[in-house]
Amino acid sequence: MSKIKTLDDLNQAGKRGLAALIPSRIKIMVGMATSGIASGAQEVYNALEAEIKERNLDIILSRTASMGMDCMEPLVDVLLPGKPRLAYSKMTAKKAPALLDQVAKGTIEAIKPFYRMDEEEFIVLGGAKRYFKGAAPAYLRGIPTIQEIPFYKKQVKIATRNCGLIDPESLDEYIAKGGYFSLYKALTGMKPEAIVADVIASGLRGRGGGGFRTGLKWKSCRDAEGEIKYVICNGDEGDPGAYMDRSVMEGDPHSVIEGMIIGAFAIGSHEGYIYVRNEYPLAVKNLAFAIAKARKCGLLGKNIFETGFDFDIKISKGAGAFVCGESTALMASLEGAAGEPRAKYIHTVEHGLWDRPSNLNNVETWANVPAILTRGGKWFAGIGAKNSTGTKVFSLVGKINNIGLVEVPMGTPLKDIVYEIGGGIPGGRKFKAVQTGGPSGGCIPEKLIDLPVDFDELRKAGSMMGSGGMIIMDDRTCMVDIAHYFIEFLESESCGKCVPCREGIRRMKDILEEICAGKGQAGDIELLQEMSKAIIDGSLCALGGSAPNPVLSTIQYFRDEYEAHISEKRCPAAVCKALIAYSIDKKKCTGCGVCRKKCPVKCITGEKKKPHVIDRKKCIKCGACYESCKFDAITVK
Amino acid sequence: MAKFIIDGKKIEAENGATVLDAARENGIEIPTLCTHDEVGSAGACRLCVVEVKQGNRAKIVASCLYPAEDGIAVDTKSERVMAVRRLVLQLLLARCPGSGLIQDLAEQMGVKPEPRFTADTDKGKCILCRLCVRTCEQVVGVSAIGFSFRGADKTVGTPFHENSQVCIGCGACAYICPTGHIEMETTKTGDSRTIWGRTFKMATCKVCGRYFAPEDQLKYISRTAGVPLENLAVCISCR
Repeated sequence: MSKIKTLDDLNQAGKRGLAALIPSRIKIMVGMATSGIASGAQEVYNALEAEIKERNLDIILSRTASMGMDCMEPLVDVLLPGKPRLAYSKMTAKKAPALLDQVAKGTIEAIKPFYRMDEEEFIVLGGAKRYFKGAAPAYLRGIPTIQEIPFYKKQVKIATRNCGLIDPESLDEYIAKGGYFSLYKALTGMKPEAIVADVIASGLRGRGGGGFRTGLKWKSCRDAEGEIKYVICNGDEGDPGAYMDRSVMEGDPHSVIEGMIIGAFAIGSHEGYIYVRNEYPLAVKNLAFAIAKARKCGLLGKNIFETGFDFDIKISKGAGAFVCGESTALMASLEGAAGEPRAKYIHTVEHGLWDRPSNLNNVETWANVPAILTRGGKWFAGIGAKNSTGTKVFSLVGKINNIGLVEVPMGTPLKDIVYEIGGGIPGGRKFKAVQTGGPSGGCIPEKLIDLPVDFDELRKAGSMMGSGGMIIMDDRTCMVDIAHYFIEFLESESCGKCVPCREGIRRMKDILEEICAGKGQAGDIELLQEMSKAIIDGSLCALGGSAPNPVLSTIQYFRDEYEAHISEKRCPAAVCKALIAYSIDKKKCTGCGVCRKKCPVKCITGEKKKPHVIDRKKCIKCGACYESCKFDAITVK
Repeated sequence: MAKFIIDGKKIEAENGATVLDAARENGIEIPTLCTHDEVGSAGACRLCVVEVKQGNRAKIVASCLYPAEDGIAVDTKSERVMAVRRLVLQLLLARCPGSGLIQDLAEQMGVKPEPRFTADTDKGKCILCRLCVRTCEQVVGVSAIGFSFRGADKTVGTPFHENSQVCIGCGACAYICPTGHIEMETTKTGDSRTIWGRTFKMATCKVCGRYFAPEDQLKYISRTAGVPLENLAVCISCR
């Protein structure tokens, strides 16, 4: 690969990239992000590869990452020259020959595509490119376009603009999507102060959880005294059920790298670090590949774009501590020390990594930067809500039909995310609450479903944006049990440095455990609230400072459930094992015997075609009978 | 100089001083467990929290680390402050029920044990104040002890809890430990002492003949200070 030193070099690479993105030959793309691979994308890829080779087909087989709809993985996209792009969902290796048959024939008979794409957006450059001229072919008109799929309809993609569309290993394809043009513009035509001003104007706020204004942070770091400054990318995403940053690192690593180079130039830094958790092997691999390639082409290293600006990036792999997502703990870990936070009374923009001015932003924040630079801060500020501009990526998980990653304008009502994009609750059950902001966020109840999702509104509701995890819960979720789950997670992730977090969270967990076990006492709710306040006030870092949130918010919105556990020894959602009992409704039981066979402890007895009985003394309350009964004859109270 | 207010009293402090420094300088007492003149502050025990008001904003900070700033108003005994201190002491009472230091502090502040907290039996008297670890690193300079694990499982000790080859047996950790958790045993004759599972042979004073320091410690001082070992063969009393 030749060096990219001039605008002409960029244009050449962009041309090559466009020819690879929308080639004049048949192209098949397999979604190979972690979500795809977990669903069998590797097998699908292998089968396609073998079949193409055996049949000696003139087909380009390439890899891409994920466009977000993880519940439909493995996704395979087929692009025939001059035709709409077709996406096939839930592909299997078995279906590979049939798919290739219909690709060769140009039909859609054997396997129906999930959706079609008539055009591809080029967010950074602005506008879209159509895959074909004129109207869509008649045989494809019955296939919904991607914009007609409810999951995608309300999405606006900026941070995840290239995920699932480009090959993450192809620098040319990234450049074809407008990549590194922002960097060129910044280095050759903008003063650092102007870049900072544009990022301030964009209103971009940190996507990692704090929501601090990115531009102001850059300015503080730029103004801080010191010869050597660092820029850091926080890729230590550790919230259970959250994988926004993983998706960006896997699917579009150059967007993070480009954002960091622009930031470094604006701040006056020449060294950057990406701290990424080692539990993300594909993210580490794709980032390392992209960094090596950028370095080879001269986009990292000395004299970038022949402007005299030097900058390079090193990857540092995290060893699995959740607390290392906290900026000062992350910096301690980068220095080789144990991942423990320190007080932030002296800001890291002045005294950060190795006591030098350091600017840390998270993956999603960095990925937004190139788009802001080319399209302008004003453009970004025009998207989203007033004090929360732009878009936010959320991972939609839990009791929701469309599990996946979504990017929506800030201020999108929660209702739209849950019911339209998310497709509602499986099994027609009732939506109960959503935990936003990760384990230390809060539970937002059904009555606040109209809430516009942005930094300030979530905080007002007793939760927070966090990094963007959304765990949806249905009416079969016990809120005390959920609070216990999150507190238990945080207890095990507390670094143990300060007393309120180390000792306080585990005592809260003990009390919650007792409440769930039917051993709650009068006054426990008040004690939990009191402890929460003192832990929030007294903790050293944001982990302890926000850990009680799930308890406080569940008490705020679901106090009756706590009271039922404590005073009536009853779990209204029928979850807490110590407080529930299974029985069989004699009127409904047909005596089919399925539950008897499913019961792992053989506590169900009964003759064929006669009502069965559960021996409560032996029952371990696993719920296997409940799940298996087709006649709703098992009741739980 | 930073001009500000603590508990209604106008105070001046040198630039770079912490709120705790300034308070103590002016006779205002703030309890602490993890700060020490020799090794500085860690911000770990959170007993020294105070409420800092700046304009309309009020926040709880650790006074041992918070820099004295112009125009702030510090309240060392606000309700929020006392709630944190109370919880910290209740948590430490439950963690280290055998610690006299914690019991005394709790009594002084009128804090009673929280009956909902079951007392621990496996933590000894260690409150994880980190003074021992910092002393070993910053004062002694050997870093023979450190932390293992995290959260409530965090413990102080030698790496992998094996006998440390860098420990010199000086006992500074036991000396600085505020609760008496770190045990150092000396034989009746005084010819050896055991700490962190390792037994150290003691050297005798060339003059009085009494055991006065571990041989390893003398070797360490000789090596780091560049003093011949024979110059270190006399105890302090005989020097």
